[in-house]
Amino acid sequence: MGKTIKEIEDIRNKKRAELDLRVNTNADTREKHILVCHGTGCTSSKSPEILERFRKLIEEKHIENVRVIMTGCFGLCSKGPIVIIRPEDTFYSMVKPEDCEEIIDSHIIGGKIVERLLCKDIDGTVVNKLDELPFYKKQMRIALKNCGVINPEDIDEYIAFDGFRALEKVITTMSQDEVIDLITKSGLRGRGGAGFSTGKKWSFVKAEEGPQKYVICNADEGDPGAFMDRSILEGDPHSVIEAMAIAGYAIGANQGYIYVRAEYPIAVQRLQTAIKQEREYGLLGKNIFGTDFSFDVEIRLGAGAFVCGEETALIESVEGKRGQPRVKPPYPAKVGLWNKPTLINNVETFANVTRIILNGAEWYSSIGTETSKGTKVFALGGNVNNVGLVEVPMGTTLREIIYDIGGGIPNGREFKAAQTGGPSGGCIPSEHLDTKIDYESLAQIGSMMGSGGLIVMDDTKCMVNIARFYLDFTVSESCGKCTPCRIGTKRMLEILERICDGNGTEEDLYKLERLAYNIKKSAICGLGQTAPNPVISTMKYFREEYRAHVVAHECESMECKALAKIMIDSEKCKGCDICKRVCPVGAVSGEPGKVHTIDQSKCIKCRSCMQKCPFKAIGAKA
Amino acid sequence: MVNLKIDDKEISVEEGVTILEAARQNNIDIPTLCYLKEINQIGDCRMCIVEVEGRKGFATSCIQKVEEGMVVHTHTPAVLEARKMVLDLIISNHSKDCLTCTRNGNCELQALAIKFNILNIEYEGERTKHKIDDKSPAIVRDFNKCVLCRRCIGACKNIQNIGAIDCINRGFESCISTAGDNSLEDVDCTYCGQCIEACPTGALHEKDDTNKVWRKLKDPDIYTVVQTAPAVRVALGEEFGMPIGENTVGKMVTALKKLGFDKVFDTNTGADFTIMEEANEFIDRVQNGGILPMITSCCPAWVRFAEKNYPEQLNHLSSCKSPHQMFGAIIKSYYAKKIGVDPSKIFTVSVMPCVAKKYECTRPEMEEDGLRNVDAVITTRELSRMIKQANIEYLSLEDSVFDNPMGEASGAGAIFGTTGGVMEAALRTAADTLEGKDLGQFEYEEVRGGAGIKKSQVTIGGKEIKIVVASGLKNARKIMEEIKNGKADYDFVEIMACPGGCVMGGGQPIKNSKTRSTVDVRALRANALYSIDEKSVIRKSHENPTVKSIYKEFFGEPGSKIAHKYLHTEYHKQEKYNY
Amino acid sequence: MEESEKCTNCVDEKVKKEVNEILNQYTETKENLIPILNEVQVKYGYIPKVAQLEISNYLHIALAEVYGVITFYSRFTLVPKGKYNVSICLGTACFVKGSRELLERAKAKLGIEEGQTTKDGKFSLDTTRCVGACGLAPVFTVNDEVYGKATVKKLDEILDMYMSK
Repeated sequence: MGKTIKEIEDIRNKKRAELDLRVNTNADTREKHILVCHGTGCTSSKSPEILERFRKLIEEKHIENVRVIMTGCFGLCSKGPIVIIRPEDTFYSMVKPEDCEEIIDSHIIGGKIVERLLCKDIDGTVVNKLDELPFYKKQMRIALKNCGVINPEDIDEYIAFDGFRALEKVITTMSQDEVIDLITKSGLRGRGGAGFSTGKKWSFVKAEEGPQKYVICNADEGDPGAFMDRSILEGDPHSVIEAMAIAGYAIGANQGYIYVRAEYPIAVQRLQTAIKQEREYGLLGKNIFGTDFSFDVEIRLGAGAFVCGEETALIESVEGKRGQPRVKPPYPAKVGLWNKPTLINNVETFANVTRIILNGAEWYSSIGTETSKGTKVFALGGNVNNVGLVEVPMGTTLREIIYDIGGGIPNGREFKAAQTGGPSGGCIPSEHLDTKIDYESLAQIGSMMGSGGLIVMDDTKCMVNIARFYLDFTVSESCGKCTPCRIGTKRMLEILERICDGNGTEEDLYKLERLAYNIKKSAICGLGQTAPNPVISTMKYFREEYRAHVVAHECESMECKALAKIMIDSEKCKGCDICKRVCPVGAVSGEPGKVHTIDQSKCIKCRSCMQKCPFKAIGAKA
Repeated sequence: MVNLKIDDKEISVEEGVTILEAARQNNIDIPTLCYLKEINQIGDCRMCIVEVEGRKGFATSCIQKVEEGMVVHTHTPAVLEARKMVLDLIISNHSKDCLTCTRNGNCELQALAIKFNILNIEYEGERTKHKIDDKSPAIVRDFNKCVLCRRCIGACKNIQNIGAIDCINRGFESCISTAGDNSLEDVDCTYCGQCIEACPTGALHEKDDTNKVWRKLKDPDIYTVVQTAPAVRVALGEEFGMPIGENTVGKMVTALKKLGFDKVFDTNTGADFTIMEEANEFIDRVQNGGILPMITSCCPAWVRFAEKNYPEQLNHLSSCKSPHQMFGAIIKSYYAKKIGVDPSKIFTVSVMPCVAKKYECTRPEMEEDGLRNVDAVITTRELSRMIKQANIEYLSLEDSVFDNPMGEASGAGAIFGTTGGVMEAALRTAADTLEGKDLGQFEYEEVRGGAGIKKSQVTIGGKEIKIVVASGLKNARKIMEEIKNGKADYDFVEIMACPGGCVMGGGQPIKNSKTRSTVDVRALRANALYSIDEKSVIRKSHENPTVKSIYKEFFGEPGSKIAHKYLHTEYHKQEKYNY
Repeated sequence: MEESEKCTNCVDEKVKKEVNEILNQYTETKENLIPILNEVQVKYGYIPKVAQLEISNYLHIALAEVYGVITFYSRFTLVPKGKYNVSICLGTACFVKGSRELLERAKAKLGIEEGQTTKDGKFSLDTTRCVGACGLAPVFTVNDEVYGKATVKKLDEILDMYMSK
C-alpha cells in the first residue's frame, strides 16, 4: 500500500525539477508561479479571495504556464496580503483583490512590474525582491525554510524539498542511539520555554522500559502575541510530523499526538490534510518504508486554556480532564500520558529536527552561541515598523532584531522596552538592547526565551500598566489548582490595579515584591512559577516609575488614566467655552474669551473636553 | 531501605515512601493542608513544601518520594516564608467567622493559623463569592470557608466513586460544586457525608438540627424519646478528648438524661428487630424462590445510591426499614400505647453516626398513622455540642443504663455499627432459625475486618449460602454491576456506604489529616463494638427478651401484616439529577 | 417521582438524538470528552444540559466532572452566544496598540459586559488572547471574520453594519 523509498525518490526528483523556480531566480522554465500567502494574517485580509481572483483571471484570459499557489506565511505580516511572483521573486505587498487584474495584465502578460504594489521600506526605498528587504537580510531560515515556498497542502511539494529524506535516513540507516546522539550533539534545545536539551530529553524517554510510549507535539501556543508555531504548522506541517516520526523511532514510540489550539483552524485543517496525505503514502502507519517501524499521529484540540501549554497540564487535557498541571517529579519522560513514558516537544523544536538529521550536528552547532545553538523564530510585534515572523541565529542582538529587521520604532517614538517570553518573561530596557540573545543571557537579564513572542514597546507605554496587563492574563489563565497561583497572582493583580488607580502605597510595592518572589518558588507549574516575572523585571528596571505611581501619584506615560491630570494650555486656550459646556461635572471654569482652568478635585478624567477643544489646548499631563 | 537526611538527622526508611511520611516516621513534622492519606495526594495547597539540596525550587513533600542520599530541610527561612505566604493567601480568601463555625476548635486551617502566629490579615482583596447550599436535609456546603484542598473530591470521587462534587470554573473563580452548580439535593449525592469527614474546615458540615431538639426538650407538653446508634457510643468520647474507640455508653446515657430526654433507648434494640425481619425475609426468599441476592437496606446513603443508580435492581433490597426507623415506629405505636402517651405528643430523636439518616427520616415512606417514625436525627458531633452547650462535664459523668423496657439489646445489634456486622448478626439468627435450635455459633470471622469487599460462603441449615459484604460505594458499585450483568451468584449481600461501615460514618467525630494518616480509626472503633458484643449476655437478636415480648404482644410473627406496616418500607427510582 | 412526570420536551429529545449521533463516532473512553465537547460546542454554540447528561452517561464520567471540564476551558460555554459574537483581541501585540479602547467601546456600544449576550440574542461580547493576526494589530473578530488595524471608528462602523443586518 505505502510507497517505497524508490517511489518517493521518483516523486522528489520529478517535483523538484518542476519547482526549481520557487527557489532559483534563474530557473530554466517558462512557467510562472503566483504565490499567495495563506497564513492567518493574510487570510484575514482576504488572501483567499485574491487567490480565487487570480485563478479566475488566468482561466478567463486563457493564460498558460502560470500557476497560482497558496503558501504559508512569508513573515512580513504587516505588509499583507502578500503575493510573490516566481521565479523572478517579485514581492507585492498589501494586495487587494481588485489589484489582481493589473498584476496579471501588466506583470504576467506584459512582463512589466506593477510598481505601485511593490513594498516600500521604512526609508521609502522601493524593494523589488523579497530577499532585498532588510527585513529578510539578517534572517536565517531553518525552521521556516519551507514556509512561503511550498504549498502546505501538497505533500509532493514537501517531498520535492527534501521531505522525508531525514525519516528515510533515520529508519533505514541509523540506530535509535545514533539518532539521539546526533540530536544531542547538535545542541538543539527545547524551543517552548526553559530550553532543556532535546537530545537528553529523548534519551530519558528511550531509557524507560515498557512497550508503550508516546510522542506529543505541543502546539498549544498560547502566549498572547506569539504565532511562530502556528505559522510553521500552517506553512510546513509535514516537517513537524516527519520529525515526530523520527522522535518516535528514536525513543521507541509508535503513537504521536499533536495538541493544537482549536483557535487555529487553519493550522488544524492543514495538519489534518497532511496526516491524511502521509497515511495515503504510507509515511504514517504500519511498516513505514517497508521496515518494522510503525508510527501514527492523531490531533487533539485544545479548548482555550493557556495552562495546557504546560506539559503535564497538556497531558491531563489529552486524557480528557481539566488541564491542571501535575506535581513534578515524576516527569512525563517517566510518567506521562496514561502514565506511560512520554516525549513532549514543541512545534519549533520538531521543525529543526529534519534539517539536523540531513545537514549534521556540526552544521547545526556551528550556528548560534556557546550554549544555545541554531536559530530562533520570534513573533515580532507591538510598536515596531515591521511586524511579523523572523528567524535569526541565536546570538543576534535585540537591537539587530528591532532596528535592522524590524525597522525601528514607528511614529518617531523612542524605544522603551522589549518583552520576551510572554506572560512568563520580562521587560528588557534599552540598556540591554545589545545583549546577544540566547537562553542564558535572557534569563540573566530577568526575562526568558519562552516560545518566542517579542513585543516592542515605545515610550508611551506605562510599565506598571504592562505588568498589570500580564498579571491580568495570568489570573484569568491560572488553572486554580495551587494556592500561590490561584490567590497569589490575584492579590498581585489587585495591588497593581490599586497602583494604576492611584491608590497604591509604598507598602504595596513591598508586598508585591514579597508575593512575587514567594509565588515563583512555591507554585506547582511553570505558569505559576514564572507569572511574577513581568512584575519582577519591570520593578527591577523601572522602579522609579512604580515609585512615581505610589509616591507622587503620577504616571508619566499617562496610560494610567486615574493618575493623569487634564490641563488646559494657557497659551493655546482662546476661551471659546466649549470645554466648559461639555464637562459633565462642571470642573471647568473661566470667563468667555479668557483662559479656562480645570478644577482637578472635580475632574473625572473623561477627556470629553480634550476631544472637543478646537484649539488642541487641552491635554493630559502627569 | 533508602538513606537520607532530613534536618540534619540521618534516617533510613522504606523505599517508595514520601518525604512527608519519612519525616513523620522520624518525629519531624511538616505542616499539611490538602494532604489526606490515600484520599488526596495532589500537592495543591503548597503547605508541605520543603527544600531538597541540589534541586531548583521547593519539593512537594507529600508527593515527592525519598531518594538515596537526599538531603532535606523542612524549615529553612525561605520555606517558612513561603509557607506563611501560602497561609496568608488562603486566609485572605476565607470568611474567618470562626466564632460561629461548627469546626471552631477542630479546624485544620485554624490550627495552622495558630502555628504560624497569624496576628493580622496580610493580604486583603476580593473574596470568591458563592451562595451557601443548605437545601438538602443532610449536608450544608459553605464555599466561603473552602480552602480548595479538594479532599472532599478525593473522598467523593476517588474513594466513593460518586463524583457528585468536583472542581468547577478556573483560576481564582475555581470552586468545589456540583453539576450545574446545584444543591446536593438535586444531584447524584448520596449524603454519605464522607466529604464532611475529609474537610479540614467548616466548608462542609451536617445540617444542624440541635435547635429543633432543644425546642422540644423545653416543651413540657412533649414526650421526648432519644435512641442512639451503636457506633455513637464508641466515638462520642473522642469529642471530649478521650481515646479513639473508647466505649462511653454509660456516660452517654447519663448525659442524654441530663439533657432532659424523657426516655433514652438503644438503637441496638431496633437493630435486633431489623435482624428478626431481615433474617425472616431472607429465609423466605431462599425457601420460596424470591429474588436473590437479597441486599441489606439499613444504610440510607446506600439506598439513595441504589435508587439513583440501580432502579432496576431495587427489588434486591430487603424491604426492612433501618433499625432506628423501625424503632421510631415501634415507639410511636406499641410503646406509646403501652405507656399511655398520645403518640402525636412524642418526639423521637435518633443520635446517629450519619448525616444520611437526617435525610432518611424525612423520606415520605417513613410515616405511619400520620406520624413520622423519627422526628429528628442528630449526629454524634451534634450530640457532643449539645452536651457542651448544657455545660455538662462529660468526663466526670457517672455511668447509667438505657431505659427499659426498650433498652435491652443483643450483642448482635451492637456490631451493626461496623462493616460486616449486619451480615454476622443476620447469620446468627438465620442459622438458628433454619436449624431450629441454638447452634451456639456467634462469630463469623470471614465478614470482619476493614477490607472493602469480603466474599465468602457459609453453610446454614445445611445450605451453602454465598455472601458478600461491601463497604464504600465504590465497592457497592462493583457488586451492583455484577448483579446487573447477571454475573453474581450471591445469596446475601451487605452494603454500607461508608468505607468501614457506620463507625466511619459522616456524622462521626472528625479526625484531622495527621491522625488519619497515623491511626487506624476504623479498627479502634470497630474493635470496641466487637468487644461490646463479646461481653454481652445475649448475643443473638432472636434471643433478646424485649424483642420476643414485643413480637408476642404486638407484631405476632416476623413478617406479619402488622410487622410489615411498621417495620418495612419500599423503594422508588429517583432521578439522578433534578434540575 | 414517576417517570412520566419528567416530561422532556421535543427540543431536548432532538438534541439528545443529535448528540448521540456525535457520540457514536467515538469510543466510550474518557479521552474523547474534550473532542466531543468541541463538536457539541461548534454545533450548538454552547453545551446544552441534555448534551452534558448524554455525554456523562456515554463516557461514564460523573456529570459534575463533565461540568468541571466545560467550565475550565474558555472555549466551552453553558449559554448560547449571540448571533454575532464580537471578540476583541487582548493579546500583547493588540494590547500595546490600544485594543483595550476597542473593548471599552464595544461594551458601551453593545451595552453588555465581557462574556454577556445582548437581550435580543443578537450580539455577544468576548475577549480573546491572540488570534494570531498580530501583523494587523489591533484586531477584533465577529464570528469567523477578522477585522485588522482596527480603530474605534472602524469598530463602530462594523458594529453598525451588523446591527442593521
